[in-house]
Amino acid sequence: MSARSSASPTSKLHVVEIEEIAREVHHTKTFRFKAPFTAKPGQFVMIWIPRHDEVPMALSYVGGLKGFTSHAQGDATNALARFRVGDRIGIRGPMGNSFEFKGRRVLFVAGGTGMASLVAGIEAAAKRGKEVVTVLGAKTKHELIFAKRAEKAGEVHLSTDDGTEGFHGFASELAVRIMGTHKFDQVFTCGPELMMKKTVDAARRRKIPIFASVERFMKCGIGICDACSLGDKLVCVDGPVFDGAYLSKCEDFGRFRRDQSGRKTFLK
Amino acid sequence: MANLAVKVAGLRLRNPTILASGLLDETGGSLARVYKSGAGAVVTKSICLEPRLGYKNPTIVELGSNMINAMGLPNPGIENYLGEVKRAIRAGAAVIGSVFGKDEKEYTAVARRFASSGVKAVELNLSCPHARGLGLEIAQSEAAVEGFTRAVKKAVRVPVMPKLSPNVSNIAALGKAAQRGGADAVVAVNTLKAMAISPELRMPILSNRYGGLSGSALKPVGLRCVYDLYEALDIPVIGVGGVTTGRDAIEYFMAGASAVEIGTAIRTRGLDVFHLVFHEIDDFMEQEGFSNVREIVGIAHE
Repeated sequence: MSARSSASPTSKLHVVEIEEIAREVHHTKTFRFKAPFTAKPGQFVMIWIPRHDEVPMALSYVGGLKGFTSHAQGDATNALARFRVGDRIGIRGPMGNSFEFKGRRVLFVAGGTGMASLVAGIEAAAKRGKEVVTVLGAKTKHELIFAKRAEKAGEVHLSTDDGTEGFHGFASELAVRIMGTHKFDQVFTCGPELMMKKTVDAARRRKIPIFASVERFMKCGIGICDACSLGDKLVCVDGPVFDGAYLSKCEDFGRFRRDQSGRKTFLK
Repeated sequence: MANLAVKVAGLRLRNPTILASGLLDETGGSLARVYKSGAGAVVTKSICLEPRLGYKNPTIVELGSNMINAMGLPNPGIENYLGEVKRAIRAGAAVIGSVFGKDEKEYTAVARRFASSGVKAVELNLSCPHARGLGLEIAQSEAAVEGFTRAVKKAVRVPVMPKLSPNVSNIAALGKAAQRGGADAVVAVNTLKAMAISPELRMPILSNRYGGLSGSALKPVGLRCVYDLYEALDIPVIGVGGVTTGRDAIEYFMAGASAVEIGTAIRTRGLDVFHLVFHEIDDFMEQEGFSNVREIVGIAHE
């Protein structure tokens, strides 16, 4: 039985002020806030952008001054990009499961803003004495985020789709090469779903335990509305971090997601 | 062990706990899983003809063991949804299709498609605020409740069960209208119109401002409605509103419900709620010397 067979925790809405805003790259900003809860790397929060929307955001910073990182690309995230320090937002959370580390050598494979979901995990793994290797990819040099934080935690390999920095190609291709030459006890990945699918398949062929942080359209965030279903699990309460063993059996992963109405849209 | 199998409006259910519409019912896999976890039947999300996106988030406010939601009836449209229904039925689930639309024609078209896919019954969600030319919910007009029920009843052979709204001054009159329209049972109640405001943000939380209250706070209202309907009607009543424990279900049976729907309690008790409520009903009946749910339906009226 999935985690949903047990009662889901009661989460409350916290209205907080934005304490700091950092521009990471051109359209991507990190918003920092204080909230009366503790969160683990890999967990997410629902961010209420007053008058606009409420959207799930991975915590790119856990601890006292928490943070999430938003790439402005739709109505909600463009509205959020106009928020200033001192403006108020609503937070529900923390939600979902977290990264669980085992073994000595851990590989993180991040694509684009997927790095925002992994970076707190990268730091936590290093803090626990793991040997950390990060593959960080983006479309182009200027969209690589949190490379410095990853460098402090361990070895970093960069890739860009256009070859403007590091390996010329997808992060998943670079990760496959590195998995071929280095030994890892665990792999964690977050990024575009087809990139994650390739990474999951590659790790599973090598029998390395792999976990992916998956994104789906989300509404309630508390395991009742079914909007974020992924196979027979829900991303909001059973995820967002899923075992590759489950994902490789799941008919949705890497194939389709559901839109706001529940219609399937196939991934390209 | 008491006999908890029930027959409602010609519908045989292995037990009287039913998944309420709007929860864990977007995919066939979820419906099947809820059935396997112990529900006697599962009601689908409310479906109309064309895909609908629903309202923007926030669509839900958590209030302890209660919640207010304003999803805005998102659904993929009946043609896209039938695959999910069939998948749930193939997995063995007893499925009830929840129907809504803008007019009688849409209700009957959607109900027909549901019936052809093998659902056991159709539930009519009459609380859709978008009905053409009505200016209020269908569920608030006796003429509309009767007319919509009659139209669907003519179109399908499976039992037709209108779901009534508590947002009316005399629910018995609306129940009678459903009965005149040929309803095989009524389901009472839908959510209670409500609102939540954020003091710090000085505005309603839901993007739709208004939403529907569900959870334990709704139970006394639902009980009163079921009690009134049982007095007024000859057809069975299915009770819904805040059922969280077996005792809640027992209260609904005693008020006159032949079965109960469970929704919001999934949040507080998890999917196990159906299994737990089943055993709590059984324990109570055993303790009090009852052997069949029929014996306690409406007992509070005697």
